[in-house]
Amino acid sequence: MNKFTEDDLKKELETKEYEYGFYTDIESDTFPVGLNEDIVRAISKKKEEPEWMTEWRLEAFRYWQEMEEPDWANVNYDKPDFQAISYYSAPAKKAKYESLDEVDPELLETFNKLGISLEEQKKLAGVAVDIVMDSVSVATTFKETLAEKGIIFCSISEAIQEHPELVKKYIGSVVPQRDNFYAALNSAVFSDGSFCYIPKGVRCPMELSTYFRINQAGTGQFERTLVIADEGSYVSYLEGCTAPSRDENQLHAAVVELIALDDAEIKYSTVQNWYPGGKDGKGGVFNFVTKRGLCETNAKISWTQVETGSAVTWKYPSCVLKGNNSIGEFYSIAVTNNYQQADTGTKMIHLGKNTRSTIISKGISAGKSQNSYRGLVQINSRAENARNFSQCDSLLMGNECGAHTFPYIEAKNKSATIEHEATTSKIGEDQIFYCNQRGIDTEKAIALIVNGFSKEVLNKLPMEFAVEAQKLLEISLEGSVG
Amino acid sequence: MSLKDKLISSYMAYEDSLDQEHLIHDIRSAAIKNFENTGFPTRKHEAWKYTPLDKMLKADYTVFPKKSDALEYKNVKQYFLHDVDTYKIVFVDGVYSSFLSETTHEGIDVCLLSSALSKDKYRPVIEAYFNKAAETDSITSLNTAFAKEGAYIFIPAHKEVEKPIEIINFATGSEAALMIQPRNLVVVGENAHVQIIERHQSLAEHPILTNSVTEIFAEKRAYIDYYKVQNDAETASLIDSTYIKQERDSNCRVHTFSFGGKLIRNNLNFYQQGQHCDSTLKGVTIIEKKQHVDHSTLVHHQSPNCESHQDYKGIYDDSAVGVFNGKVMVDKIAQKIDAFQQNNNILISDKATINAKPQLEIFADDVKCSHGCTIGQLDEDALFYLRSRGIGKKEANALLMYAFANNVLESVKIPELKNRINGLIAEKIGVQLGFDL
Repeated sequence: MNKFTEDDLKKELETKEYEYGFYTDIESDTFPVGLNEDIVRAISKKKEEPEWMTEWRLEAFRYWQEMEEPDWANVNYDKPDFQAISYYSAPAKKAKYESLDEVDPELLETFNKLGISLEEQKKLAGVAVDIVMDSVSVATTFKETLAEKGIIFCSISEAIQEHPELVKKYIGSVVPQRDNFYAALNSAVFSDGSFCYIPKGVRCPMELSTYFRINQAGTGQFERTLVIADEGSYVSYLEGCTAPSRDENQLHAAVVELIALDDAEIKYSTVQNWYPGGKDGKGGVFNFVTKRGLCETNAKISWTQVETGSAVTWKYPSCVLKGNNSIGEFYSIAVTNNYQQADTGTKMIHLGKNTRSTIISKGISAGKSQNSYRGLVQINSRAENARNFSQCDSLLMGNECGAHTFPYIEAKNKSATIEHEATTSKIGEDQIFYCNQRGIDTEKAIALIVNGFSKEVLNKLPMEFAVEAQKLLEISLEGSVG
Repeated sequence: MSLKDKLISSYMAYEDSLDQEHLIHDIRSAAIKNFENTGFPTRKHEAWKYTPLDKMLKADYTVFPKKSDALEYKNVKQYFLHDVDTYKIVFVDGVYSSFLSETTHEGIDVCLLSSALSKDKYRPVIEAYFNKAAETDSITSLNTAFAKEGAYIFIPAHKEVEKPIEIINFATGSEAALMIQPRNLVVVGENAHVQIIERHQSLAEHPILTNSVTEIFAEKRAYIDYYKVQNDAETASLIDSTYIKQERDSNCRVHTFSFGGKLIRNNLNFYQQGQHCDSTLKGVTIIEKKQHVDHSTLVHHQSPNCESHQDYKGIYDDSAVGVFNGKVMVDKIAQKIDAFQQNNNILISDKATINAKPQLEIFADDVKCSHGCTIGQLDEDALFYLRSRGIGKKEANALLMYAFANNVLESVKIPELKNRINGLIAEKIGVQLGFDL
């Protein structure tokens, strides 16, 4: 019988090249490398930003200069040289397109390779896509449908021009410029990103989605996303990324701010598949992201993430539960393989009364990778009856990888109820045996078990994403499982 | 002059009085150098994030007390496990009290580190074990530099010690604030069994700072039962670091009962160096007022097929602060490990705080590791049930708290000690439970 052994699986995985690793040659309008006040001014000027925005960026830049790169995370990497990065790159032919025909055909080709045909998505998926390719959004769809409901969904540069009052009020309100090293850097040089505003009482009729791609070699991508859900509104936002293969490390330092006003609900889902580096640990994207949401009274923010890519991930989507009865949720699957390192988790800051939070984190490590969960649950002294449940499960595949858990639990209120549990295990031989016995081969059995392991999180993804996420899990893990 | 400077200059004076040719002299000089470079840990050190030392370090501690008061046995009897026969090693202000002690050299050595360091016949043991388990962090290094006195316990192979050994450190601090640094060495030979009870007790109103280090070596199949009773005065602070190296098939159990003291920091470190080791770490913490208790545990699984069990319960009232920092590390070669860690906490008052950080660092794939951590209150339904049956509120609360801590108490193997701790818990909760626990 032709038996597919663990070794075969491992070999297959090792030789598997990054599927989405290609590079589109488009003329780019790229700034000289390095960072100083002039560059910050130039970025701002290039984007025709108002004076207050330029000042805001400069302020962030000044904070950044005084800050040191953090090294507390459980990851090892060569620190990027921030003076060797070009901070702005936009596709050169950047006119606003009326229709897809006007878009650079090479760009469209890129999207087609990725399987995200704009037209198809427009027609079939019912998803409004704001595609960000190398920092500048080049196509926005379904704007009209959204506009009818009063929903604003555009690039952040556009929002700065057209809705300055909203941007001015909320930008930096959840993640201040001086929050951390990468947030400060992002605030100074962010090139573009998405902006979303849902008016009072509006339930957004479709999933809003953005695709990110890093394209130009040597350019960091600094996305800034701002989602505001006004009182009683609801929005589900999807973010997904793939990046072409590069040997040089690329830096990605995004900031995402979510604001859920009274009774609003935001569901933010991410599938992250940046280039993870080759099987020898060379190259790959550095993903240092600051994501945070603020919940007012009765509001709810739910983060769901599937992290399969990046050489180094440093990401803690958090919720500040400021209003009474607000709810924070965090569902995560982090998969690491080869030499990938992930240090990810969440912070749940309970400030209001009767606040609730749930954390479900699934870590899967294979190859020589290191996967850490780092989380904070903080119950403030005024947070009466706060409730938290955390569960962190790790699955280890192979004996050269590591799984780590660093939960911080701080309770200052006696009425708080906190539960935390964590387990680490491997796929049981008896589980595999059970499947084999019933005619399911080892590879399928493993897929089955991993899927079951991650199900709690996969179930939380919107339909459109769940399929892609499942596929990604398969690609990232197929064969590595022992 | 800061305490750090004071300690360094005292060391220089102290060094002159030492035998510079002594085999541990190099260890001492390296340790003081290490302390000089690193100083006391601050909140910026991850391991000390929740336990600031600065307030405690402000007092003007005497490092070498001039002369300690003689203690009458009847005055301190209550601190001994007096209703059972025990070996006793008693120190008053860091100085051995032969009057209160009961040591032995018959078959086993239960005596003093100072004599073990100075006599040639102990030389092989000191060479093989002294400072071989202790880490080189600044607090431990400080103790190593001043290591002079403490308990020395050597149990040869196949020997079962027939009665428990008590190690008691009294601090009289009659003249001023006092810092003492006991250093204990416990070597338990192959297949030997021993039970040890350790206690630090302040008898003065002056602030006392104890920086204690204990090294324990469990050889093959050794069985060690170690109890730490911490029910000190509110002026006394304790930093207690215990390092335990376990060889194949050995079984080590450490119970820590923290009921009082201004600030208590327990660093409890297990290193499993042989297969089939079993480590148990259990603790009950019941504190109130402004007390602060920090349990930092490490279980480092360095060999396959071992087990570890951790169970820490805490009850915090008033403005008390509890910290639990538990770490389980599993090396790549340590397959088939079963590591379990549990930490349950109850907050009684609005001002009490609990900071928990249970960590797992795992590099082996075929392991079973889990941890659970909860923070909550006494169950309202259970309280109602008890009260509806005519049990007063206070008693009902006490019953539930007692039940909460009972898991840990149950595994105490010395009945007299168990009774004593039951009594302490009843006193802490402030009720007589009215039945024999």
